[in-house]
Amino acid sequence: MSKSVGPVKRKFAPWLDPNAKPYIRFEAVTKRFGDFTAVDNLSIDIYEREFFSLLGPSGCGKTTLMRMLAGFEEPTEGRILLDGNDLAGVPPHRRPVNMMFQSYALFPHMSVAENIAFGLKQDRMPKPDIEARVAEMLKLVKLEKFAGRRPHQLSGGQRQRVALARALAKRPKVLLLDEPLGALDKKLREETQFELMDIQYELGLTFLIVTHDQEEAMTMSDRIAVMDLGRMVQVATPAEIYEQPNSRYVADFIGDINLLEGRVAAVEGQHATIAAAGLDRPIVTEHAGSAKAGDTVWFAIRPEKVRIGLEAPTDPSLNVVAGEVWDIGYLGDVSVYRVKLPNGTVVKSTLANVTRLVERPIGWDDKAYLSWPRDAGLVLTS
Amino acid sequence: MADQSAARGPTWTKWLVVAVPYLWLLVFFLAPFVIIVKISLSQTAIAMPPYAPVFDGLATFWDNVRELSLENYVWLTDDPLYWRSYLSSLRIASLSTLMLLLIGYPIAYAMARAPKSIRPTLLMLVILPFWTSFLIRVYAWIGILKPEGLLTVALQGLGVLGPDEQVRIMNTETAVFIGIVYSYLPFMILPLYSALEKLDGTLLEAASDLGCPPVEAFWVITWPLSLPGVIAGCFLCFIPIMGEFVIPDLLGGSETLMIGRTLWNEFFSNRDWPVSSAVAVVLLVILVVPIMVFQNYQKKI
Repeated sequence: MSKSVGPVKRKFAPWLDPNAKPYIRFEAVTKRFGDFTAVDNLSIDIYEREFFSLLGPSGCGKTTLMRMLAGFEEPTEGRILLDGNDLAGVPPHRRPVNMMFQSYALFPHMSVAENIAFGLKQDRMPKPDIEARVAEMLKLVKLEKFAGRRPHQLSGGQRQRVALARALAKRPKVLLLDEPLGALDKKLREETQFELMDIQYELGLTFLIVTHDQEEAMTMSDRIAVMDLGRMVQVATPAEIYEQPNSRYVADFIGDINLLEGRVAAVEGQHATIAAAGLDRPIVTEHAGSAKAGDTVWFAIRPEKVRIGLEAPTDPSLNVVAGEVWDIGYLGDVSVYRVKLPNGTVVKSTLANVTRLVERPIGWDDKAYLSWPRDAGLVLTS
Repeated sequence: MADQSAARGPTWTKWLVVAVPYLWLLVFFLAPFVIIVKISLSQTAIAMPPYAPVFDGLATFWDNVRELSLENYVWLTDDPLYWRSYLSSLRIASLSTLMLLLIGYPIAYAMARAPKSIRPTLLMLVILPFWTSFLIRVYAWIGILKPEGLLTVALQGLGVLGPDEQVRIMNTETAVFIGIVYSYLPFMILPLYSALEKLDGTLLEAASDLGCPPVEAFWVITWPLSLPGVIAGCFLCFIPIMGEFVIPDLLGGSETLMIGRTLWNEFFSNRDWPVSSAVAVVLLVILVVPIMVFQNYQKKI
């Protein structure tokens, strides 16, 4: 692909360094349950201190992948390496990874402090050390006042923190998080996302997180692996996943996107013209990808990159289509305009509501012009 | 405030709902108990019923009350038969409850860990013996345990016993234990199963993830979380075994003392209703103690 998109978070990108040694390595891993293939010949490298997300719809194999790393499932084929050591046959209680469970799995008959101390007691850590570590963990998750409570006496958010503290208490090199924020409400979820990022950064841990929430993955991760039907579809940074999806599946799964089917009329380097059904003029784009002339392709463009106006723009370099405003969704910060083209295709355009205007100039059934610059969209071949 | 109470409906219906179980307990538990306590305080008499009247009109009420005495209770402490029966019952009930727990727990555990599809079948198999009368099942054990019974035949067939040897289990305490453990096993398994089935499997995964080997995980996670089932099962077995009459009567010999049998003898052979009532009241008091301990424990959870 062309240049990398945007600044890389914390200038951390060991996957670009050919000399970097991966910390966790899945080598051609396949997992079958009877006839069902949950994970299909999958390989990934995850680096130390990385915040890595496995993203996909339910049933895509992401949880199975994580459970294999924790040791609750053994791969049918392939190897899993942790810091160079093959994990085959190592039972879960001997693996240096800890997991935070989706249901939290707190021990109901133990207090918060006892839950956090559980793993340390297993290591036969001396009692004063355990107490010090528990106090430190309680402070980290801001639950000092709740040390003596039982899990059922806590709120959902507090339980989530106990689960996190318990998983972190043993200072694992790798923390596995299975839908860690799934049970929290939106506000709390957003707050916790940033807290998790801070904790991961401060303790210098490798986080492997499973989620079906694309926003969560986008916010927190260094890299995201988008999975479908047990296969890895794309592994990249959040910005790359969003701006340069490698397929319609990824483009559609992450965020909102307009997909226009067409045929490539001409290609010259990355410059291409595409004849799309129902459009009077061919689409001109600077991101042809691997498309060749004559291919059936999909032109993909994010709604926020499509401008909408009542007047036809005069700049000849812009792509312009005319249509009728079919629907308007007002979300407060932005409005979504769904514009119907003459052939019935609906194209979405989002407009940030930067002024406090109650009456919008563009209304239902108005004839509107949609336009976008040549480098705003990209061509997808699959 | 007025709106609120109106929304909840009239008060008397609420009281009616609450009153039904209390009324039930009053009529079928408290009233008979009071009658038994009363009988236990009166004198034996050759009459029908065979005890001195306690209440036959207001005129003689105080005379009757004055005749009540604790004499029957004193009698229980005088004759060693009674306290030996109590102790023997306690011992048999405790031992057999322990055996039931040791046998029932692994069965309940295996049932709770079995694939979901076959669990109802396993549960059915545990309940199945109830379809046959309890008495017939205990009688069947006589056929198995008697000297020339099925067990002897089987062991002779296997060559464990010689052709002239016979098992000597019938009419011993061993036979009583076999009968009790067999009869009460479902009462132990069912509460254990319901406690173990509710146990969240991810707790064991979490324990293992935190470095706990499987055997230790059983003792720190599964066992403490199944304690309510253990306690319920033990009480469900211990209390009725304490008063068990049929099994020691059919399978036990003359040396097997159990309080249920003593009670029966007192009641039907000696026709001494006041003493047997006293025996029953003392038995109740003995059983109330563990129940209170249990309730106290439940409050703590």
